[in-house]
Order: sequence, then C-alpha cells, then structure tokens
Amino acid sequence: MIEEIFRREAGRVLATLIRLLGDFDLAEEARQEAFTAALEQWPQHGMPDNARAWLINTGRNKAIDRIRRDILFRTKIADRELASAAADEIVFDDVDEAVFGDDRLRLIFTCCHPALNAEAQIALTLREVCGLSTQAVARAFMVSEETMAQRLVRAKKKIRDAAIPYETPDASVLDQRIEGVLGVVYGVFTEGYAATAGPELIDVELCGEAIRLGRLIETLLPNHAAVMGLLALMLLHDARRRSRVSDAGDVVLLDDQDRSRWDQSEIAAGLALVEKSLRVPGNVSTYTVQAAIAALHVKGGENEPKDWPQIVGLYEVLLRLQPTPVIELNHAVAVSMVDGAARALNLVDSLAARGKVTQYHLLHAARGRFLQQLGRFDEAREAYQTALKTATLEPERRLLAARLAELQGQ
Amino acid sequence: MNYLLLIYSNEAQFGALPESELKKMTDEYMDFTKSIVQAGQFKAGDRLKPVASASTVRVRNGKAAITDGPFAETREQLGGYYLIEAKNLDEATAIAARIPGARIGSIEVRPVWPPMT
Repeated sequence: MIEEIFRREAGRVLATLIRLLGDFDLAEEARQEAFTAALEQWPQHGMPDNARAWLINTGRNKAIDRIRRDILFRTKIADRELASAAADEIVFDDVDEAVFGDDRLRLIFTCCHPALNAEAQIALTLREVCGLSTQAVARAFMVSEETMAQRLVRAKKKIRDAAIPYETPDASVLDQRIEGVLGVVYGVFTEGYAATAGPELIDVELCGEAIRLGRLIETLLPNHAAVMGLLALMLLHDARRRSRVSDAGDVVLLDDQDRSRWDQSEIAAGLALVEKSLRVPGNVSTYTVQAAIAALHVKGGENEPKDWPQIVGLYEVLLRLQPTPVIELNHAVAVSMVDGAARALNLVDSLAARGKVTQYHLLHAARGRFLQQLGRFDEAREAYQTALKTATLEPERRLLAARLAELQGQ
Repeated sequence: MNYLLLIYSNEAQFGALPESELKKMTDEYMDFTKSIVQAGQFKAGDRLKPVASASTVRVRNGKAAITDGPFAETREQLGGYYLIEAKNLDEATAIAARIPGARIGSIEVRPVWPPMT
C-alpha cells in the first residue's frame, strides 16, 4: 500500500521538491528522507489525508534542516546569506493538481535542455522523470553503472553551473523546445525498439518508458499536434511489438505477422490520436505523418489489400518535411508495391549514387529484394552479401541469410 | 549570474565582407550593445584585434612557455566578447542569439564564477 503510493507519487514529489529547493541532489535526498519518515510514521499514526502534500512538506522540512545544519559548518558570509534566504523563501501552500503538472513539465524541459548533450538528456530524463535507477539506465545504454553515474553527475553539474532554468520555456521558443523533448522521447523509444547491436531485437522496458513519457507529456500539453503524433506513432509501432519477432527470435515482416497478437487497445488509441493530431490547424508534424503511415499498415483485415498509393503519397509528404536517406529508402519500398520493383530499384540506386548511405545495410537488403523480384539473381545475391557485412543485429542477419538461401540454385 | 559571450568568427571571411556590409554590421553591433546597456545586462564588452596578434601562455613544470598564436588552430577565431548579467542560461543564450556575429560565426556562452568573498 505505502509502496504503491510511493511509486505513484515519486515523480510528482521530486518535481515539486526540485522547484522548491532549486537543486536536483538536494531534492532527491529530501524525497528519500520523506519516504523513510513515512515508512516509520504512517503505520503508527495512520495515513495522512493527502499523502502527496505530506511527502512534499516533510521532504521540504528535512531539506531546510539540512541547509540549516550546513550553515553551521560554513564560514563564507555569501553562502550563509544564500542558504538562509533559500530556507526562508520556501513556502508550501499548493497541492493543486495544475501546479504539480507544471512542475513535472518544468522537470521535463530542464532534463531535455538543448545545452545538455543528447546522451545526458536521455539519461537525465529516464532517471529524474521516469524514476529509473541509475543501474537500470546504465543497463539500457550498455555502459557500466559507474559511467552512467558520472554522466548524471556531470549533467547535474552543468545544470547548476550554467544556471539552466527550471522553467517551461517562453512561447517564442516553446515549439522548438517541445521538438527537443519529443526527440528525447523518440530516442528512448527507438533505442528500445531496435537495440543497435547484440542478440536481442527489442528492449521492452525502454519502449514502455517512452510511451509512459509520451502519455505524460500529452496530458501536460494537451492538443499539441506533434505530441499527439509522436504518441500515436509509438503506440502503433508498439502494438505490433509482440508479433515482430517469432518465438525463435527471428524477424517477422509486417505482412507475415500474426494479427491476433497485435495489441488492439494500443492500435485504437493510436488511430484516434492520429485523427486528432491531423485536425490541429497549422503545419503537420513529421511524427503525425509517420503515425499516419503506421496507421495505414495496421488498418483493414488480413486479406484486404493495403492502400499503398496513399502510403507512397504520405512518404512523399514526409520527404518534403524531412528529406533523410531512411525515409527515401522506405519511400522506395512503398513505390515497389505500387509501380513495381524496377522503379523502386532506380530510386534506391539514385540514393546509393549520392553516396550518403553506402554502409547502410537496409539499403542493400532492399536492393537485394528488388533485384530478386526482377529475376536478377546474381546481383541480388551480391546485394544481400553486402548487407550481411554491415548488419549487426542477429535476427536481421538471420533474415538476410534466409534470403540468400532462397536464392540457392536460381 | 554573469555570462561571458565569446564571439567566434572566421576572420578571413569577415575581412572579405564588402564595405557596405561591414558598415551595416557595425551599426547593428552598436544598436545591440546600446540595447543591453539599457536593459542593465551589459557588464563589459570589446572587439579583439586579429588572432595573428595573439600569444598563448602555458606554464609547465613551473616554467612559462609563450607561443605564437591562439591555443588551437580552428576554423573560427575569438573576435570579441560581452560580459553580461542574465537570470539564467535561457536568458543568456537568448541575448547571445541577438549578437550580429552569431549569424556568421558562433557564440560560446560561459557562466562566470561569482567573485570570491
């Protein structure tokens, strides 16, 4: 019971304590002391009416005690003045849900501040907003706990030294800063969705954390097109997570996936968010376009033909907004379903000729597929072999090996 | 907090600007400086002489070695600075973004330690 309250309130309590105390480490210690006090006092004296307010108040008082104790050990006048001013300024009178929401949003914007490097932004967000342990964050990024702890210490030091504000940004830069936050969330999701190397294809924990973050941001910043677009995109990808890998750990391509294993509630939520996002006036977000593509992939029954022309059209919209090699490649794959493999091969060859992605194994895998469909088997074999040279994920390597086996004797 | 805004730009590129462009830039700098002085955010600021006039001092094993040039060869050189007061990094970077040189070079924003007491 108490543990459940801690789990539910940990994020809100920390966010508010950081605002009240103006320091991450002090706030974390204060929260810890408040939880310890609750474990001692609640079973004896009964639960407080408002557990959250109790925890914040207790944490704040513990921190003030600590600041006062520290003053005794300090001799510098400036510090003493600063510390007592800090102790005096803390007034706790808000248990309003809106204020807690604001604090969590402030915390998200601080953790995702562009003055922190990208790795630090992701690590801080997972640690401070999602409440993962340093050990769990370290495991997710395949670094030692010590390395991750140092990364977090450096990030908090930068926040303190450079005075990175604990504030929701001004309207003038808000959209730009939201893009940064969404980039962090999507980074967590993609890291989880396809771990960059190693035997396991999917890290469920990170995908779940990213979706929880997306939902939180969607609650705090309602009716924002890009926020809804990203959440929809993650839900629609995540819905197919369990069918994306076979029991043997092999990649299962979209059209071969067992639809009964798709998560229908995530799909319904994702589709509704795509619609809502598309109705927001103003520029369409790249996340929304990607979500709309994902939506077309999951819509309709098993044997219904997919709306490939519309998928091609959406990729063309996406290419105008964000012309990246990955999107060009996906566009080519969609084109192969509408205009055939010959035109798709031209697109991929033109992409390769521009020299941007020669190391990119998916490009060679797609080339191989198009060549195979055109009956140019020797060239297809060569393309798959090139792809194998740079693919690092075991399940992807097995898929390429299976393709090569198909070509045996052709 | 005080922040030092270090203005980096490519000297050769800057020197090649036509007279009219240079005049426009100078006027913009004067306007910008005036605006942060009026806002009470200006502490100090100067334009520096070209990097060719720079020397670097390193003390190793108690001996001072003085070498010609800046500490590292880079594409951009330190051309000037502003020392400003801002309430946090967001305010400081917003001011830095208003420096005309931010458009052709880059501005490094460095928090300054408060004076020792």
